[in-house]
Amino acid sequence: MRAVDFQPTEDQQHLRAGVRGLLAGRYGREALRASVDASAEAGAGVDRALWRELGEAGFFALRLPEAEGGVGLGLPEAVLVFEEAGRALVPGPLVATHLAAGVVPGAAAGTAVVTAFDLDGPLVAHLGDADAVLGAAAVPAGEPVRSVDPLTPLHRVAAVGDVSAYRDAGALLTAALQLGSALRTVELAVRYAGEREQFGQPIGAFQAVKHLCARMLVRAEVARTAVYAAAVTGDPGEVAAAKLLADEAAVLGARDCLQVHGGMGFTWEADVHLHLKRAWVRAEQWRTAAQAEELLAGELLGSAGSAGSAG
Amino acid sequence: MDLTYTEEEQDFRARLRAWLAKVLPELPARPSPDDWPGRRAYDLGWQRRLYEAGYAGLHWPVDAGGRGATPTQHLIFLEETERAGAPYVGANFVGLLHAGPTIAAEGTAEQRARWLPPVLRGDEVWCQGFSEPGAGSDLASLRTRAVRDGNDYVITGSKIWTSHAEVADWCELLVRTQPVGADVPKHRGISWLAMRMDAPGVTVRPLRTLAGSAEFAEMFLDEVRVPVADRVGAENDGWRVTMVTLSFERGTAFVGEVVACRRTLGELARAAKANGRWDDPVLRRRLGRLYGEFGALWRLTQWNVSEAGRSAGGVPGIGGSVFKLAYSHARQELYDTAAEVLGAASLSLDEEWVPDRLSSLSYTIAAGTSQIQQNIVAERILGLPKGR
Ligand SMILES: Cc1cc2nc3c(=O)[nH]c(=O)nc-3n(C[C@H](O)[C@H](O)[C@H](O)COP(=O)(O)OP(=O)(O)OC[C@H]3O[C@@H](n4cnc5c(N)ncnc54)[C@H](O)[C@@H]3O)c2cc1C
Repeated sequence: MRAVDFQPTEDQQHLRAGVRGLLAGRYGREALRASVDASAEAGAGVDRALWRELGEAGFFALRLPEAEGGVGLGLPEAVLVFEEAGRALVPGPLVATHLAAGVVPGAAAGTAVVTAFDLDGPLVAHLGDADAVLGAAAVPAGEPVRSVDPLTPLHRVAAVGDVSAYRDAGALLTAALQLGSALRTVELAVRYAGEREQFGQPIGAFQAVKHLCARMLVRAEVARTAVYAAAVTGDPGEVAAAKLLADEAAVLGARDCLQVHGGMGFTWEADVHLHLKRAWVRAEQWRTAAQAEELLAGELLGSAGSAGSAG
Repeated sequence: MDLTYTEEEQDFRARLRAWLAKVLPELPARPSPDDWPGRRAYDLGWQRRLYEAGYAGLHWPVDAGGRGATPTQHLIFLEETERAGAPYVGANFVGLLHAGPTIAAEGTAEQRARWLPPVLRGDEVWCQGFSEPGAGSDLASLRTRAVRDGNDYVITGSKIWTSHAEVADWCELLVRTQPVGADVPKHRGISWLAMRMDAPGVTVRPLRTLAGSAEFAEMFLDEVRVPVADRVGAENDGWRVTMVTLSFERGTAFVGEVVACRRTLGELARAAKANGRWDDPVLRRRLGRLYGEFGALWRLTQWNVSEAGRSAGGVPGIGGSVFKLAYSHARQELYDTAAEVLGAASLSLDEEWVPDRLSSLSYTIAAGTSQIQQNIVAERILGLPKGR
């Protein structure tokens, strides 16, 4: 008898493995560090060639119907793909360009770079590279500000547009990026804890270190099911929960990863800070913790009248 | 990735819902927490009804007396019974949720035929005699001795924290059948036995919990005879059997409670709205976050269940430790939030959530402490090295 199977199907697993392979080849650690170095000299810019390659691989057109030249897949596939991008720390307005597929010419193919008014306030990411901004008729002028994340340039603009139509999908895909980063920081921490020795043994044999790592994994695994479930149901409450939990898994995961790395974790050379800074950026995008919690509270009160189904 | 229910599953839900609506109003009044014979009778009466209606042992294998339902039907069952406010497994927690499944997975045909039907019918209650005064987290260091004498083991030692021991007929008992020695590490030499609680030499002394009730007990064993035929698994292979038991305990035994927590949250929201505390954004956000967290924990349950559905024998994986860590923490946070909703009224034991708050303090201890679960996650899932 067929029964609900929440685990990814074989096709979905293949898709994820394929994207992981593509990104490992095209945007591995060396490429990541090269873009960090380049950003120090010329300011961070979107790598147009990479963008087109992502477009060719179907990254942006993934959910566009086949009749419109897309891949015709759904949110469950999209979150698996974005999880991989988050793991690799691919820079650029991935979510906004994906959302713009079929809306802004060139977005689906990756020939256009599209950003969005996805921050709560007058800041916009990647404005300098953008061919279009979701929620605006034209690309507005902006004043550059110094960004905390070397790979996410920020501009201050005079007015922001309305992106509420994209909010749920944007929050969910951003949560998937956070999830990938959270899982990656667990791997980085575990690897370092197995290699680095102090007091004559790997630091991972110390329980204080073990427990940090275990809690990182627990947060990431809870976030993972929340993200996958929200992708399947599309329910706004589940999306808000997914964003809330994935933001936390990514931010706290990077923090704990930094702690496990000791002084090395505080260096520019280690990748840990790149995960943390990007996680901070994403936590401000589409739906903040406060907004997610208020939305959930509203749903809770609404459901309290009925029997409170667990779905 | 799929979360839609099949037509068959929806039918199953509808039939169950209709049945619950019919039988729940017919149930007798719940006994008081200290009335142990009353609690036993009440819980077994409910089990009997389930049995007669074909809902007992729903997801157990058919050759173990179960109904061979899919993991999803079992989840639906837990969800619907909890939602309707039906009684929970109660006194026979051990029999239905871990000793039973362990016997179904590891017992011989005769053992299954002898022990499982009475559990399913609501005739017999089991308890768990694992922990000892000197062996808690370090369970494998247990010292209760079993010495072979003809067709019996003769058992001497003591157990502690045995839940529901006073009303149990049987005990899943861990004993040492081979002393620890130079070539016998502590994890070897343990055997898993089924012991009658009325066997001569068994003495039970109730212990009072911080909640005031006698939920668990000390158990003294003085030359108790247990037939060798009542051993489940091979002699000295009890640790492996124990791991099966613990994976059931940590994996799926808390499922219904996640649903219950979601219901409690709804009640808390209503109470906060009524007493004005809902207007405090800090409290409101705390409730909203918990609502999201318990929703995710429910999904994690579905995730683990579909993973177990893919594994041989349906034994839950060590992912149960991930769930237990997240769940026990969230559940304690739930009752701390309830206290914030109540304000000073949270000091009164007459308020609904206050006894639950006290009980919830055991969640990070029972069935393996949070520290032990973190060790398991770190060493067995993440592969970090053991310390020296
Ligand atoms: C309500 C309740 C019901 C129970 N019911 C049963 C039952 O029916 N049957 C049964 O057999 N048992 C039962 N138990 C026992 C339960 O399994 C044990 O209490 C638990 O395993 C912890 O053992 P302990 O109490 O000896 O604590 P200890 O093992 O002494 O632990 C004390 C503290 O030390 C920490 N600690 C110990 N070892 C380590 C380590 N290696 N690393 C880090 N920290 C460590 C623990 O986390 C804990 O904080 C029950 C317990 C409770 C609270």
